[in-house]
This record gives sequence, structure tokens and C-alpha cells, in this order.
Amino acid sequence: MTKIKSLNDLRAIKANVEAKMNLRERSDAPEKLVQIKVAMATCGIASGAKIIMDYMVNELDKRHIPAVVSQTGCMGYCYAEPTIEVTLPGKEPIVFGYVTEKKADQIIEKYIINGELVEGIIPVNYESIDNK
Amino acid sequence: MKDLSLHILDIMQNSLVAGAKEIGVEITENKDADTYSISVKDDGKGMSPEMARQVTDPFFTTRTTRKVGLGIPLLKENAERTGGSFDIISAEGVGTTINACFKLRHVDRQPLGDIAGVIVLTAASYPAVRFRYTHTTRFGTYTFDTKEVAEILGETPINDAQIIHFLKEMIVENLESINYTP
Repeated sequence: MTKIKSLNDLRAIKANVEAKMNLRERSDAPEKLVQIKVAMATCGIASGAKIIMDYMVNELDKRHIPAVVSQTGCMGYCYAEPTIEVTLPGKEPIVFGYVTEKKADQIIEKYIINGELVEGIIPVNYESIDNK
Repeated sequence: MKDLSLHILDIMQNSLVAGAKEIGVEITENKDADTYSISVKDDGKGMSPEMARQVTDPFFTTRTTRKVGLGIPLLKENAERTGGSFDIISAEGVGTTINACFKLRHVDRQPLGDIAGVIVLTAASYPAVRFRYTHTTRFGTYTFDTKEVAEILGETPINDAQIIHFLKEMIVENLESINYTP
């Protein structure tokens, strides 16, 4: 029987992650990272926000894009869930609605990597969620 | 909600909005009594008896972004549909505990779903909050505690994809070792 993973094994992973971060020259300033907030209230969860969060965490890592993906509350766009707020370094946050895995892929490829806008932007977002 | 883990995710968000610094999720399976109990306990700001009564009403919410609050009513409905029960224990300034008990073998009991992902993704989003997840079956108890994780990680962020992935795998393997019911 194979051994069950325990927190002891986490130390090895930690060393790996630290090496990777140092390689990236410790971009410890969060402003340098792409920040993604997934609306994770009842409306978002019921529409599949958790799947989108999984997808974003995995895909951004696979495509070597330094990013922080986190949860946030309801932004009030319940009709357009799942919604995500994407903040590129030095840019204003943009909220995308009706995010599917396919749409999430477009957001990464077009908006995050190339800075091109993609369909599904929810307009009139003058402030980030935190200030609401 | 498609599965129980999503209900738990939803309820934990309530705890976070209530300013919880510690959130404990407990799942206890009892095959003899045919129960699958879920409890989410937080040390948030708590509710007045009046409010604790009102939150099971879908048209009650504290938020201002919309007029309905379905998280708790949906969980209550789903638990009761299986012949289970639901209650809230809350005290202002102390915290809130939500208990939802499902009938384990009832056809309407949703599967547990990706509980490991739910716990880890939420913990990664709120590094300042301590999350504890305890799962008990007749074969044993497994506890995942982010305080222990933080002690090992130190400055290394828990929201790194590699760490998230590892923690999820670790939780699943440990749940399997106590023969949990998905």
C-alpha cells in the first residue's frame, strides 16, 4: 500500500515553491501579480463559480502566469454568474460575467496575456469590489 | 447546489462575512443511525435570536447588493428533504453554528463532492483565518487544520497552485483511508 500523504510531505513542496518564487525574483509586490477574484456567494456557487476558480488556479499555473486567485462575495451581478474580477498589474479591475471554462480560457489568452478585451465585460465598474 | 461541499462553501462565506477568525467544519457519518451530519461553526459576530430565526426565510438577507438570501434556506430544504434536520445556534459576539443532518442513504442526499477543494480554496483565499475540517467515520477521524499548515509554510503563501494541489490530494487520501462516504 502506498503511503498516505501527510503534512511532512508539505515541506518538500514548500522548498519547490520557494525555489520557483526566487526564480521569479520574488515578485512580492502583489501589484505585480495578476489578481483574480471569483464571486463566491450562493448565486455564484450555484452557477459553477467553484469550477471556474479551480480552472483559473490550474490554468494560470500551467501557463506560468504569476497570479493570485481568491474568493470574494456577491458583486450584485447575480444574473451574470459566475463572475470574476480581473486586475492586471497597473490597470483598473474589469468584471467578466457568464464565465464558463471556455470563456475563462479566452480571458487568460486574450485579456491577461495580450491585453485584448473579450466579450462578457460587465460595464460600469468604477471601483473594485473591496470598496463597495 | 449540486453537492454538499458547495453548501459548505456557501455557509463558510457567511462566516467570513461575519468576521470569523476560526471556522470549523465537521462531518460525521453514522451508518447505523443512517445519518450524515454537517456542522459549520464560526467565531464571527453571531446573530440575535430574532435574526437567527429570520435567516431561514429566503427573503431575508443582510446584504445590500440583492434582496434575497438563499444559502441557508437551500441547505435547510435539502437536509429536510432527506428526512434530516437543520438548526442554528448563535449568540451575538460569540459566533454561529449551523447543523444540517442528512439521512445517509436517502436518494435525495446529494454527494459530498469536492470537499478538499472547497476547504483548500477557501483557506487559500483567507490566509488570516484558521480553518479546521474534521471528518469522522466508524473507521476513524481525520482533521485538517490550516494552523498546522501555516506553521510549516511560514512565509510561503498557501495560495500557490502547487501547494493547493498537494493539500487537496492529501485530504482526499486521508479521507479515503477512513473509508468516507462521498
